[in-house]
Amino acid sequence: MSAWKKHQIFEKNSLILIIGIVIMISIGGLVEIVPLYYLKSTIEKTEGMRPYTPLELVGRNIYVREGCYACHSQQIRPMRDELQRYGNYSLAAESMYDRPFQWGSKRTGPDLARVGGKYSDEWQRDHLVDPRSVSPTSVMPGYPFLMDAKLSTIEIENHLKVNALYGVPYTEEQIASAKVDLLAQAQPDSDAAEGFEERYPGALIRDFDGNAKEVTEMDALVAYLQMLGTLVDFSLYDEKANLR
Amino acid sequence: MAEHKKEIDQVSGVETTGHEWDGLKELNNPLPKWWLYMFYGSIVWSVIYWVLMPSWPLVNGYTKGLLDYSQRAVATEEFNVAAAERAETGKMLLEASLDEILNTPELLEYASAQGKVAFGDNCAPCHGTGATGFEGYPNLQDDSWIWGGDLDTLATTISYGVRSEHDESRFAEMPAFGRDELLEKEEIVQVANYVGSVAGLPTQDGVDLEAGKVIYEENCAACHMDNLKGDIETGSPNLTAPTYLYGKSVDDIIAQVNAPRHGVMPAWIDRLGETTVKSLAVYVHSLGGGQ
Repeated sequence: MSAWKKHQIFEKNSLILIIGIVIMISIGGLVEIVPLYYLKSTIEKTEGMRPYTPLELVGRNIYVREGCYACHSQQIRPMRDELQRYGNYSLAAESMYDRPFQWGSKRTGPDLARVGGKYSDEWQRDHLVDPRSVSPTSVMPGYPFLMDAKLSTIEIENHLKVNALYGVPYTEEQIASAKVDLLAQAQPDSDAAEGFEERYPGALIRDFDGNAKEVTEMDALVAYLQMLGTLVDFSLYDEKANLR
Repeated sequence: MAEHKKEIDQVSGVETTGHEWDGLKELNNPLPKWWLYMFYGSIVWSVIYWVLMPSWPLVNGYTKGLLDYSQRAVATEEFNVAAAERAETGKMLLEASLDEILNTPELLEYASAQGKVAFGDNCAPCHGTGATGFEGYPNLQDDSWIWGGDLDTLATTISYGVRSEHDESRFAEMPAFGRDELLEKEEIVQVANYVGSVAGLPTQDGVDLEAGKVIYEENCAACHMDNLKGDIETGSPNLTAPTYLYGKSVDDIIAQVNAPRHGVMPAWIDRLGETTVKSLAVYVHSLGGGQ
């Protein structure tokens, strides 16, 4: 029996064939996936990445809940046209605290990886409530209910804990004050805002939804959008060390 | 699994596999040659690819391949080449004053084209594709300017924004006369009707306009001036202008005096760079409202 003929053993026994397939796919997976966990070059060295604030995290959850990812990617690809339109290509480091990540290649709307700071809070609000009021040809649905949905603080501590479990470097203090911080970021005049500023230096603190009376889901979503792509300090980013 | 005896099919002259179902037998035809060679070829190609391109992970890195290819490097290179192609005119644009750009046809053509594209990408979401704005977002086609419509002023506004996060941002904030209880409800109605009467709007019946005038002079004239024409130095809107940013009626004025809305324009200088900002200023200036 030649070596070629031995292949008949696989072809004639479905169980052996399945085991063989599992072994082959496992080798492929191990070679392609495992190195990502130990290679330092997988995640670039950057200055400025920090875990999301509680308000941004809730905003992100709303973003995922409403399925924004179905039309908007958060991944600027390394191609000239994309660099010109959106700015620096996205780094792996920029989504290292994302679970799940928001990469993608299908865009019905524009990429949002660097939308932070591009528009005013008021525009984000107007646009989310009624997209066609500011962009007449838009096909995006409106999300007016976000303005009325008061933010719940019940779950936020657990959200931070679960993220910490995955390796997001939240401190004990940040987890303990998650409830306070969640509201403080949208209430710049409150006493809690100061403590928030110490725990999340550089984070935006303002009344994102234009309604000072309560903190809504609109606050959270706009806070998240206004942060997108603004964390990494590209003036300190060593591109040559990370070309790949 | 006994070796089956070789059996040649009488009709085609091809060996069978020895399988038989209800008298039907399977011919053991070889794989088509064109398919087989492409298959071998792709195996050979994969080896060539390993050698040339980044492929195998190692303990501390990965094989870079002979070509040392990097998609990021290629994109950055292409970006820089495109920037260099534009650099010559861009440099002239950068060095020229805004007035010089306006008066040099070649520069003007270039700046207008670049400004138009940049406007569509960055400004149109708020100011509209035709630059006519929306309620709360200024119309750039008309002659009403909050911060001024000459070239240098436009460039400053575009660069640093209005009430933006930038340190150089333009900033003006009208007090919330109603919300912060600086004026009584009655007084707000009076001053709004007074402003409305001067601006030529239908006013409410039975309102003491003279009292409104006194309130205006005490509370509003410092910024909006005695003649209601505002002051672009402090970003105080002209109250006699044909349109208001947040609606032109006495009710809208009452709402604005009560708790003013304050629009925000982002700073663009860091995102777009000086050349593009200059082009944008020239483009916006050319839309019809430029001073």
